[in-house]
Amino acid sequence: MKPFTYERAKTPAEAAAAVARQPGAKFLAGGTNLLDLMKLEIETPRHLVDVQDLKLDRIEPTTDGGLRIGALVTNTALAADTRVRRDYGVLTRAIVAGASGQLRNKATTAGNLLQRTRCPYFYDPNMPCNKRKPGSGCAAIGGYSRQLAVIGSSDQCIATYPGDMAVAMRVLDATVETVKADGTTRAIPIADFHRLPGDKPHLDNNLEAGELITAVTVPRPLGGTHHYEKVRDRASYAFALVSVAAVIQKDGSGRAAFGGVAHKPWRVEAADALMTQGAAAVTARAFANARPTEDNAFKIPLATRALAATIAEGKSA
Amino acid sequence: MSKQHIRATVNGDAVDFLCEPTTSLLNALRDELRLTGSKEGCGSGDCGACSVMLDDKLVCSCLVLAPEIDGRRVETIEGLAQDGQLHPLQRKFLEHGALQCGFCTPGVLVAAKALLERNVDPTEEETRYWLAGNLCRCTGYDKIIRAVLDTAAELRQERLPA
Ligand SMILES: Cc1cc2nc3c(=O)[nH]c(=O)nc-3n(C[C@H](O)[C@H](O)[C@H](O)COP(=O)(O)OP(=O)(O)OC[C@H]3O[C@@H](n4cnc5c(N)ncnc54)[C@H](O)[C@@H]3O)c2cc1C
Ligand code: SF4
Ligand code: FES
Ligand code: FES
Repeated sequence: MKPFTYERAKTPAEAAAAVARQPGAKFLAGGTNLLDLMKLEIETPRHLVDVQDLKLDRIEPTTDGGLRIGALVTNTALAADTRVRRDYGVLTRAIVAGASGQLRNKATTAGNLLQRTRCPYFYDPNMPCNKRKPGSGCAAIGGYSRQLAVIGSSDQCIATYPGDMAVAMRVLDATVETVKADGTTRAIPIADFHRLPGDKPHLDNNLEAGELITAVTVPRPLGGTHHYEKVRDRASYAFALVSVAAVIQKDGSGRAAFGGVAHKPWRVEAADALMTQGAAAVTARAFANARPTEDNAFKIPLATRALAATIAEGKSA
Repeated sequence: MSKQHIRATVNGDAVDFLCEPTTSLLNALRDELRLTGSKEGCGSGDCGACSVMLDDKLVCSCLVLAPEIDGRRVETIEGLAQDGQLHPLQRKFLEHGALQCGFCTPGVLVAAKALLERNVDPTEEETRYWLAGNLCRCTGYDKIIRAVLDTAAELRQERLPA
């Protein structure tokens, strides 16, 4: 690990100011992604601002009938919350489909949203990678791309966003609340939070330097049955090849977001409108502009089958 | 680089040491405090050999920085046996032969203890899911699961009114 200095912040405003003030500073939450990347020297912050003492670890009702989830609520606590299990089952299912108990105990809601890609070339400092080293090229294009994106990619990066929880947050239309170094706050719809790689693949999301996530809110419950179907190379403890987060209503209508297919959780609202016509209709619309590689074209029929499985599960529920 | 002064409680004892901010909790335990029971299998959160309790939460100590434990409580495998008496899980692991090379065993025991403290009657499925973050290259897991379930049965028996 490259040397760095360490401090613990006491308030969100102080944390944001501390990161904005010092070049190369980063927030440390659960550390389960950041420390791993620091050991590999893919991330090399010069200063860490530990935010774990900020009192952002509560889940509270919002005035419009939803929930505000503090940025530091652990993945374990979020998945186990009785309100979440009852009204937002898709979130619990997505979280428990990922990582291990040890990691979910430490991982936080904000850190989970911000986990970086699992593209194998991003992890290999000997290979060109525009995300790790802007302008160096992309070893995945023309390389081993089985795990990588089928849609929304660019000619500079075909990485996927690897996480599970954010796919459920996307189907729920969550909002990310932040505070900036100057004390101003904003609310970013989850659809606009992660970005597509375009010509700036080193940027995963639209946060500004030093902008601290304080909470994620979910709107009032949608009802229906909640599903998270994760397809991977082994039955537990692996990242998704394809995942589907879905909420299906009694009349067969519903919504679905897909993981493992793009640089952000992938949802096309116009495709949701086709849910009563079945999975194939939905994915034909959602993946209409797909640009898969030879290695990963299988992900599109896989997404259709995974969605078909959730629709069938919804019918039998 | 200036060293960081850490004060914490480890297995009930107050500890006090200096370390670089880059030191992981696992390395601090092993190198500063000479508690070498916790092992490094991967250093990246995959294997669970470094499992410890941090303020009553089961975590991978390889992905915790030593400065994070300042003012906090840590329990390691060295805290399992009390007054020279093996913990019931340790006894059952011996009886069942639930280890071969033993590299994963400290982490598995710490994780299994955390499970039984929450739930003294876990199903086999719950036990397997709970221990999914602890990889073992030797046993094929079956004896580990039998040993944990057998310990749970013994603990339930002890709690029955006489
Ligand atoms: C072995 C292993 C298996 C895994 N398997 C899965 C899986 O199957 N599915 C899955 O979804 N995930 C998986 N993960 C990833 C895991 O979910 C993430 O590492 C975790 O959620 C990150 O949360 P954290 O709090 O530890 O983040 P950290 O590592 O602390 O932070 C991650 C990033 O977020 C930034 N950050 C943290 N908090 C804030 C904040 N409040 N505001 C602004 N920036 C912030 C940090 O600066 C850093 O850049 C796995 C991880 C490991 C190690
Ligand atoms: S796909 Fe993106 S992350 Fe992977 S090598 Fe190319 S630029 Fe890097
Ligand atoms: S050494 Fe920590 S999980 Fe493997
Ligand atoms: S006994 Fe050898 S790794 Fe488990």
